[in-house]
Amino acid sequence: MANMAQAIRLALHYSEKNLQLKDVFGQDAGAPLGGVFTATQGLKTSWNTPLDERGIISMAMGIAMAGDRCVAEIQFCDYIFNTIDLLKIAGNTLWCTNGQYQLPMTVMTPVGAGIRGSVYHSHSFDSWASRIQGWKVVMPSTPLDAYGLLLSAIKDPNPVLFLKPKALMRVRGDELIPGEPADEKELKARIDAPIGDRSKWKPEWPGVQDYWIEIGKGKITRHGEQITLVSWGRHLLLANEIADELKQHDGISVEVIDLRSIYPYDWEMIKSSVAKTGRLLIVNEDTEVTNFGEHLIYRVVQELFYELLARPRLIAGKNVPGIGLHPNLEDATVPQKSEIKSAILEIIREVP
Amino acid sequence: MSYSKSMSAKSDGKKKGLVKIANKKQVQTKSKDTAKSDSLAQIPDKTLIQILDLMIKSRVLEERLIKIYRAGESYFWIGGPGEEAWGVPIGMLARKGEGPKYDFLHLHYRCTPTLIAMGMDMKDSIRLMMNRVTDPSTGGRNFSNHYCFPKMNIAPVTSPIEVQYGIALGTAHAQKRLGDNAISIVTGGDAGTAEGDFASCLIWASRKGNELPMLITVQNNYWGISTSYEGQHGESAIADRARGFNIRARVVNGNDPVESYIALKEEMDYIRRTGKPSFIESKVSRLYGHSSASGANFVGNEEDCIKSFSEKLISRKLVTEKDIKRMWETYEAEALKATEDARAEGVPAAESIWDHVYANNENSDWRKF
Repeated sequence: MANMAQAIRLALHYSEKNLQLKDVFGQDAGAPLGGVFTATQGLKTSWNTPLDERGIISMAMGIAMAGDRCVAEIQFCDYIFNTIDLLKIAGNTLWCTNGQYQLPMTVMTPVGAGIRGSVYHSHSFDSWASRIQGWKVVMPSTPLDAYGLLLSAIKDPNPVLFLKPKALMRVRGDELIPGEPADEKELKARIDAPIGDRSKWKPEWPGVQDYWIEIGKGKITRHGEQITLVSWGRHLLLANEIADELKQHDGISVEVIDLRSIYPYDWEMIKSSVAKTGRLLIVNEDTEVTNFGEHLIYRVVQELFYELLARPRLIAGKNVPGIGLHPNLEDATVPQKSEIKSAILEIIREVP
Repeated sequence: MSYSKSMSAKSDGKKKGLVKIANKKQVQTKSKDTAKSDSLAQIPDKTLIQILDLMIKSRVLEERLIKIYRAGESYFWIGGPGEEAWGVPIGMLARKGEGPKYDFLHLHYRCTPTLIAMGMDMKDSIRLMMNRVTDPSTGGRNFSNHYCFPKMNIAPVTSPIEVQYGIALGTAHAQKRLGDNAISIVTGGDAGTAEGDFASCLIWASRKGNELPMLITVQNNYWGISTSYEGQHGESAIADRARGFNIRARVVNGNDPVESYIALKEEMDYIRRTGKPSFIESKVSRLYGHSSASGANFVGNEEDCIKSFSEKLISRKLVTEKDIKRMWETYEAEALKATEDARAEGVPAAESIWDHVYANNENSDWRKF
């Protein structure tokens, strides 16, 4: 099975061949490195940029304006903040021009903690991104979803932000990408660059096929009856684990929704699940004040108030300026398994 | 300012080869009158008259926009009166069309002269000014001079300054890939060069082996809103910054349309021929201040390029004062009629706020997800 970095690479390769993807660029995105997480390794159209995030986003906007498809990478989302006004402009160009200039560009960037990345390799961007209108924002939790969402992002006529949970880049899924060799060693031998001199290396791409995940559609990864647990990105895998453990050890039935798209989001999926369970917990690692989960809870309260059996909760990153390097600091800042589990038990026990 | 005001306004030392700058000091410009006279012969008479005609048309339009603001029929004015001698030649020389086969223009909000030279209908500028639903640039959503015309590759003008310098890199990159010798032209003000995007532009456009076909220009009117050039810059010339990146660079007197035209043509030819960037700093006047926020009143102490050029063409007997008067009157009548027409047109509907958030009007309202 491909890991997420390989899945992204395969999606970009597929898009170069089939979706008129003309440029994949960012800091260290081209040879020899192929991206800090190797997600752009071996691609025909990948190239290295100056270390200039504003230049990267502007370049993508111009390429899109000229009608070509591109994927631009910001090496870590911690460094995307000085481009926010450009992201605003990319998101408002179609609107400000009354529908005249579409900007079909994809920006991908690794997000979140989990690799002991210290203050400036641990930021999240999903809640920030939800406030930049005109963009679609997606965040996969599995390699196959990363593949399917990236294809959709590249094909979409709007700017799309593709958030890569960096702690999942080496994690394998349990579903093959259509056309992917079943043997992961074979895949590695074919598409991973060798250690050392790579100047003569070329990947032998497998004949991967199209696989689309519609932007705006979530996925129920665990069916359950007693509580709805909505998450995305890295914490989705944690949510699955918790649901499995609670089912096995405590007989508690948790429905897990992988939101996958932050905006537009799959309200119908959340609504029907919460209407069924009457209980809701949302988990993500962006900071907790004006967290995107608060918007979802607001809507649940507005539309499903009389069907709720307990107060909806949000567990998110602590509202502190950064994620400290020492594990004690990171663990105290980012939602942990134990607190998620405790919160579920608390909500389940709450009597209306 | 009307024709009569224009022709009677103070000359501002033009005859000494001087340009008035913001702090009222006078500096020697690059060109001498003698050089200007010689250069006049390089452009056909018909073109010279056409340049003057377009300059006047643009000025009349801008003055009409200011009148619309004063009459309370618009909320804000910002524009480029005084920068016609520079802006008109850009519009005349650009390869006009849609898509990367043609030149892209990444302009700022003082570029009405360029648009007029490219054939923009006055009424379309007035519709923008009056926020009509018929405004082809923004549908009544944005300020005056925030043009957007995809059919002419006029990229949307933004209020944040200097971002166009970065975006132009992308269209130039696509043009280079296509290989049809089209170029990306970017304009902005002198004060805006303080933004990082200006440096980004110089860096990305000049990478060895990856040079981009771009005409990078700066309209140096010596003002950044209310702060003078000296309060914002230490460099001798903004063009020196481009030279630091091995970008061919020059400074021109942007109050002289002939010098501007010749320089622009030379640099555009160079870029099309070599695929490499070029830089022009153009010294211009700002005749009505920054925007309506500073009153939009005519300033009498800066050179008026239309007055200078009118005098020059009269002295060469290419036009008469009567011809020039007729040009002003014709365009004033056109602008007035366009205003009356635009006034009668519809305005955007409240429910249209959700239109065009996403392409093809895909729903973006979370209430309907």
